[in-house]
Amino acid sequence: MYGSTNLSEEDAKRMNTTVEDPEKLEAFESRIARGEKIEPQDWMPVEYRKQLIRMIEQHAHSEIVGALPEGTWITRAPNFRRKLALIAKVQDEIGHGQLLYSAAETLGKTREEMLNDLLSGKSKYSNVFNYPANTWADIAVIGFLVDGAAIVNQVINSKGSYGPYCRALERICYEESFHLKQGHDNVVYLATGTKHQRAILQDAINRWYIPLLHFFGPPDKMSAHSEKLMKWKVKLASNDDMRNQFLDQYVPKIWELDITFPDPNLKKNNDGFWEFSDPDWNEFKRVINGGGPCNAERIAVRKFAEEAGRWVRQALMNPTEKYVAPLA
Amino acid sequence: MSNALKDLLFKMADDALVIGHRNSEWTGIGPMLEEDLAFSSMAQDKIGHAQALYKILNEVLGEADADTLAFKREEKQFKCCQFVEQPIGEYDFSIVRQFLFDHAELIRYDMLTQSSFQPLAQLAKKVKGEIKYHVMHADSFVKQLGNGTEESKARLQSSLNYAWHLALGIFEKSEFENELISKNIFAGEDELKKRWLEKTTPIIEAANLKVPATDESKIIYGGRKGFHSEYLKPLLDEMCEVVRTDIDAEW
Repeated sequence: MYGSTNLSEEDAKRMNTTVEDPEKLEAFESRIARGEKIEPQDWMPVEYRKQLIRMIEQHAHSEIVGALPEGTWITRAPNFRRKLALIAKVQDEIGHGQLLYSAAETLGKTREEMLNDLLSGKSKYSNVFNYPANTWADIAVIGFLVDGAAIVNQVINSKGSYGPYCRALERICYEESFHLKQGHDNVVYLATGTKHQRAILQDAINRWYIPLLHFFGPPDKMSAHSEKLMKWKVKLASNDDMRNQFLDQYVPKIWELDITFPDPNLKKNNDGFWEFSDPDWNEFKRVINGGGPCNAERIAVRKFAEEAGRWVRQALMNPTEKYVAPLA
Repeated sequence: MSNALKDLLFKMADDALVIGHRNSEWTGIGPMLEEDLAFSSMAQDKIGHAQALYKILNEVLGEADADTLAFKREEKQFKCCQFVEQPIGEYDFSIVRQFLFDHAELIRYDMLTQSSFQPLAQLAKKVKGEIKYHVMHADSFVKQLGNGTEESKARLQSSLNYAWHLALGIFEKSEFENELISKNIFAGEDELKKRWLEKTTPIIEAANLKVPATDESKIIYGGRKGFHSEYLKPLLDEMCEVVRTDIDAEW
């Protein structure tokens, strides 16, 4: 659902000090400038590889962790249509995780190593999945707005320079556009439904507003910059630009339904930029560092899945295993 | 005839709905991502089968619409077997259940392609094609895990022993059994059970596992007559949680 392009300060520092073969670097950079894609077997700077692994891995983790809050509502979905759509949607998210782990593996890190880093806390995932999905309306809001935010981010990243990641993102965006439709349909049903349905929708929007603003990362004035990541087309748009694009596309659609956002300062200025009350960025940092309402629970569930499933994976890896003919 | 048909369709639909619910619980916690995806796919198929069967009940036999039948009936009105109600447990139980249940499903739908009740015969042709893949999935995992490590073999055998008498409850007959057979609607549970044993036994053996001995007195019956395990009520409460918050709302 999401790939973060935010650099830590240490990473940003190292980006500017690692020395590469100047000739190879120049050839690499001119390929990117010409709009060519970099493929797994091609030469690439150490930091390019490293940042891409970090980014694709975080994106993959976000997909499989993101499946958890929504997954718990599959069994409670209120009719056949919603139930089938939600299972298909959550299945897509897991499938995106699988696709992205494979894309990251082309850069030299195995899926197992990535999953271990997720469980140890070394590797992050999107903050937005550390908040609870309290009611059915949360599923509508996640499907419409969290997926909407993710699409803004992913469409931009699909124009990047690394071939396998771009191709994965193109397919992901195609599927996400279906998620958006079912999310929007769900939101509209609640907004035009009974008093109770409108109330749970408004409550969900109130709770998801700040996590959605946080979704795109800290404001540009607070973020560690890297001209190189931009030049290498690993990062393609600034956090503020992506956030603005999201607000521009989605705020009017919620207002249309006579639902509000809990921010009296939210409005579009004459210059086309959205204004809003600055959310608490300390909260953002606290959640990234494990202090969000659901961090512990999400990791505990993943750990359980890893541990409970170990015997299955070991049995399938058993060297005495006979050749299994393809099924179909 | 319509009571017999309804009974058959309800038990099949309820089985599919409840096993679909259980399969969907694997989403996000499977032993590997590929198994999350597989169980999720099978859940979608099963829930789709339930919906299609309820639709026949609605459109041809005058029952309520599919959503009402699935989300607004009491536990006692459900006709699923107790096997499908059991919690997912660990992966070994879930894969063994999938193996035992889906073989029965595949044969049942295959038999139903010959049904004198056309709406069901037509549906059976379509569903059979989907369940074929569920069975391939189960067979492949049962064989690989049975021939895997000591632990995987022991786990599978133990789950198979536990599941066996529950699985035999699939073939519980209702009061309409003879009518269904005589009117060529369905060739009957005994025939199904016979074909099921013929089909599953060689696969269990190929997996290096033992077919558990059947003790007639231990078979878990009751589900087809509305007597359920302690697991069905909480499952239905969960399934209906959102609907019950505003019973008249459209979702």
